[in-house]
Amino acid sequence: MQMPDFGWIVKMAFRDFRKNISRLLLFVSSIVVGIAALVAISSFGENLTQDIDNQAKELLGADLVLENSKPIGDQPIDSIATQTASEVNFASMVAFPQTGASRLTQVRALEGAFPFYGFLETIPAEGDADFRSGGKKALVEKTLMAQFNAEVGDLIKIGEVEFEIAGELQKVPGQTGITATVAPAVYIPLEYLEETGLVQYGSRVEYNRYFQFTEGTDVEALIEPYNEQWEIDRVDADTVEDRKRSTGRSFGNLSNFLSLVAFIALLLGCVGVASAVNVFVKEKLASVAVLRCLGVSSRDVLYIYLFEIKIMGLVGAILGAFLGTLLQFVLPAVFADFLPVEVTVGVSWLSVGFGIITGLFVSVLFAMLPLLKVRNVSPMATLRPETADSGLLKDPLRWLVIIGILLFIWGFSFYLLKSVQLAFGFSGFVVFAFGILWAVGQLIMWAVRKFLPISLRYTLRQALANLYRPNNQTISLIATIGLGTAMISTLFFLQNQLLEEAKFADKEDQPNMLMFDIQTPQLENVKSKLTDRGLRILQDVPIVTMQLNEINGIDKQENEELSEEEDYSRWLYNREFRVTYRDTLISSETLAQGELIPTGTRGDSIFVSFAKDFAEGNNLKIGDEIEFNVQGRPIKTYIGSFRDVKFNQVSTNFLVLFPTGVLEQAPKFHVIITKTKNDRESADVQAEIVREFPNISVINLGAIVETLEDILNKISFVIQFMAFFSIATGILVLISSLIISKYQRMRESILLRTLGASSSTVRKINTMEYFFLGSLASLSGIILSFVATWLLSSFVFEMSFRPAWGAGLVLYLAITGLTIILGWLNGRRIINQPPMEILRGNG
Amino acid sequence: MTILSIKNLSKTYQSGSRKLTVLDQVNFDINSGETIAIVGPSGSGKTTLLGLCAGLDSSSTGSVVLNGKALESLSEDQRAAVRSQDVGFIFQNFQLLPTLTALENVMVPLELKKRKDARAKAMELLEKVGLKDRATHYPTQLSGGEQQRVSIARAFANEPKILFADEPTGNLDTETGEMIEKLIFDLNTEKGTTLVLVTHDLELAGKTQRIIHIKGGKIQEDANA
Ligand SMILES: Nc1ncnc2c1ncn2[C@@H]1O[C@H](COP(=O)(O)OP(=O)(O)O)[C@@H](O)[C@H]1O
Ligand SMILES: [Mg+2]
Repeated sequence: MQMPDFGWIVKMAFRDFRKNISRLLLFVSSIVVGIAALVAISSFGENLTQDIDNQAKELLGADLVLENSKPIGDQPIDSIATQTASEVNFASMVAFPQTGASRLTQVRALEGAFPFYGFLETIPAEGDADFRSGGKKALVEKTLMAQFNAEVGDLIKIGEVEFEIAGELQKVPGQTGITATVAPAVYIPLEYLEETGLVQYGSRVEYNRYFQFTEGTDVEALIEPYNEQWEIDRVDADTVEDRKRSTGRSFGNLSNFLSLVAFIALLLGCVGVASAVNVFVKEKLASVAVLRCLGVSSRDVLYIYLFEIKIMGLVGAILGAFLGTLLQFVLPAVFADFLPVEVTVGVSWLSVGFGIITGLFVSVLFAMLPLLKVRNVSPMATLRPETADSGLLKDPLRWLVIIGILLFIWGFSFYLLKSVQLAFGFSGFVVFAFGILWAVGQLIMWAVRKFLPISLRYTLRQALANLYRPNNQTISLIATIGLGTAMISTLFFLQNQLLEEAKFADKEDQPNMLMFDIQTPQLENVKSKLTDRGLRILQDVPIVTMQLNEINGIDKQENEELSEEEDYSRWLYNREFRVTYRDTLISSETLAQGELIPTGTRGDSIFVSFAKDFAEGNNLKIGDEIEFNVQGRPIKTYIGSFRDVKFNQVSTNFLVLFPTGVLEQAPKFHVIITKTKNDRESADVQAEIVREFPNISVINLGAIVETLEDILNKISFVIQFMAFFSIATGILVLISSLIISKYQRMRESILLRTLGASSSTVRKINTMEYFFLGSLASLSGIILSFVATWLLSSFVFEMSFRPAWGAGLVLYLAITGLTIILGWLNGRRIINQPPMEILRGNG
Repeated sequence: MTILSIKNLSKTYQSGSRKLTVLDQVNFDINSGETIAIVGPSGSGKTTLLGLCAGLDSSSTGSVVLNGKALESLSEDQRAAVRSQDVGFIFQNFQLLPTLTALENVMVPLELKKRKDARAKAMELLEKVGLKDRATHYPTQLSGGEQQRVSIARAFANEPKILFADEPTGNLDTETGEMIEKLIFDLNTEKGTTLVLVTHDLELAGKTQRIIHIKGGKIQEDANA
């Protein structure tokens, strides 16, 4: 075969293009949003990585941080450091004496000029200097200030000491808005820590020591000789490089996840491209037959149209990349609560190039499927036009294209997820979701056809029949709009469900208030405070802290020597276990394996019970011998049983449960769980307890629900922002399909009017058709999302499914309404066209 | 000299379980420069025969030799090359490319032959069919008769050895039809092209040198006028 004459092919493509340019633009418009999302996210990720690199020192605030649950003694590197600072962190209640309000916060007792890099940003600006100038002063994070309407100059009580608020803290180094919501920070000078009386037995305290070295010091090399000793002392050393890596990794994951969401929008756009090109090809079949007749080879004909698609794909991709670069400017605001660093925005040429190539590639790949039809058009169709549409199914090349598409989806998700299994999972999900939507669409259309009575009004019947119009792209609209709807509504339903579940917990005799860190001497006092108010003590749980010495005789050092496959998690040896003792299960527990064995029933062996998931995750088995270290005293135990533990109620749950008769004499502290009648009473009880016993922390369910709602709102805002791209793509596909089918609609309405239908009848038919189309698409999506929510809530969150009918209805109405409005906008021009124009065939 | 030679040509279509024989053992030869009409009632197989002769379709059995090339031994793309080289077409429904102007439509066969002077040559042909001033118009801006004149210009553009026309006046009113007929015969005489004309119009057929009557896929009569 001859070499194709590319000059002529390009010339023909441009000739064809002139008359088609606006329509072809519509074909590729559906990828614009997906590419824009992809480019925006990728640019954002690119810039974020850069910023994490640049601001890594500010992220840590120092060159090195040592961290332990015990005070960190003098270190050999103290003398090398140019500056050091110390910090003691712990969770504690703080109270505002003016109002009596209180809540759990993260208290940070600080000594030294930390952060060495960056600064504590306060309002007023001199707040930081004021705080460091001495005296009982505190810096309070802004979320906490806002929650209690506190002002600079107010007092804040922490333990036994009242501090004056010197400034409102805008941002804590290395922390995100989310951390501030869960546990806002309060800085106090370290010298007053003792006086607060908060650091006692059982308090979960973290000691930090910050170091700064002379500029250019290789910190990793510097600390190398000490790592071993730190390992033994359970000191965790964190360098700027470590922090850069871990922050980079978690935000890499975040940006990959977001890219995946953008990718879904792009795939929806690809479906739009394929279905629009399908219409385009159908219109071109006659011309193809003529060209074949004039002696153009099938390959060259394919090349002509392919060239047009390439140009348009390129235009769409460039447009998308441009929009994406602009969109990037709003992303830092959208993600503000999740970011530990200031993000700069700027054009990322890498992302732009990546977006353009991806856009071009997908438009060609997905257009290829319908475009292949061109190859099989027989020149005989010039003589017999009705034989032109040969269908696609005969071309063996289509398998190549389909495999190409699947490979692309898999490859792209692999690139983002970096895991073969996850990539298979994701591509499987995509294929499955499209398949389901396609099936739902088919099913609904079949049902409409089958069950709507023939005796229906003419307009209704005509409108329904229109749905089956060949160029209507009904199924692809269902897939694109449906999937967009499904994504948004699933998120919405799920969020609703989680909140409902949390609120639901505040019912009947379910506990709603939890007090912890109660010291043994305080216990009876606290109890009588509650019973005096007529409250029941629902649980009184003693807690003993311990560490793990040996598992089946293997201690920490020996475990280090073992190979990857044989060893136990190092973390098992390092963590502190908080253990309680009783001989019965509580309502949140069920026995999964073995049995609870009280002390003394099998000689003097002690049998403990582990949480099943925890034990299995760490390769522990029934019968394993575990030696704990309880405040310096070794206690040998055996694993007697596994428990399933549900963590979704207000309750204390334990990884390890001892039988009674072992730990009674050990130093311990207590947790008390009770039930108040209402929020008012909760607030009163909390205020009283915190006033009398400042070391006791109180959490009430109301506050938890509030925090949860806050966090879910932040997360769902981001996710809905991303899901918006899918909806936007669906709408673009809808608009383009309406415009593409416009000519056909015009002809039909002219025909109807010629046959005597009034224009109001024509309008009614059209409106009804849009109504059906919108309903089909949104219902498919909503049904899919109900199924997804049900699956997720039953199997992942393990809660009962509460369908959000109201929200579903609102979504349904919104999307159907939108379809009708867009249809009208498009249709206005149809009905006003003079009939001659159309009969002459001006497409 | 024989330009087109048809031997034992048959075409059957499988429709469901039934075999439909549309052409049954057709034989004839056409000499270079001859004008010939294929006539017969609707559904008799004229279009099918024309498609096979021009290499648009492949036969079930038998052979078609066009300008010395046995079409059944060629692939679709090789037949396309033959069409581009030796064959011209005029269709009942004109078949202009809607996105190309009149001039560009005429230029396509010339460009396919890589003629450098495609534009000038096409313009010359448009002048011959009297549409010089409509060169930049698109097909939808032309009447049926005008479209058919463009299509005639296009058919002669590659200087074909043989021209096939399927009911060229079938979609036109009598007056316009006559003008088109005249144009075809005049140009044909001027260029000395072989002309194969399919029609059910006996008057039109009478203007050719030879008429083949076909009925039920078989040749009934093959006579010189
Ligand atoms: N693709 C096909 N499949 C089955 N039958 C066909 C096909 N194409 C044409 N025919 C049949 O072949 C017969 C001859 O058709 P045609 O050559 O178009 O006749 P004419 O041009 O003489 O009117 C008709 O009966 C027609 O129905
Ligand atoms: Mg015919």
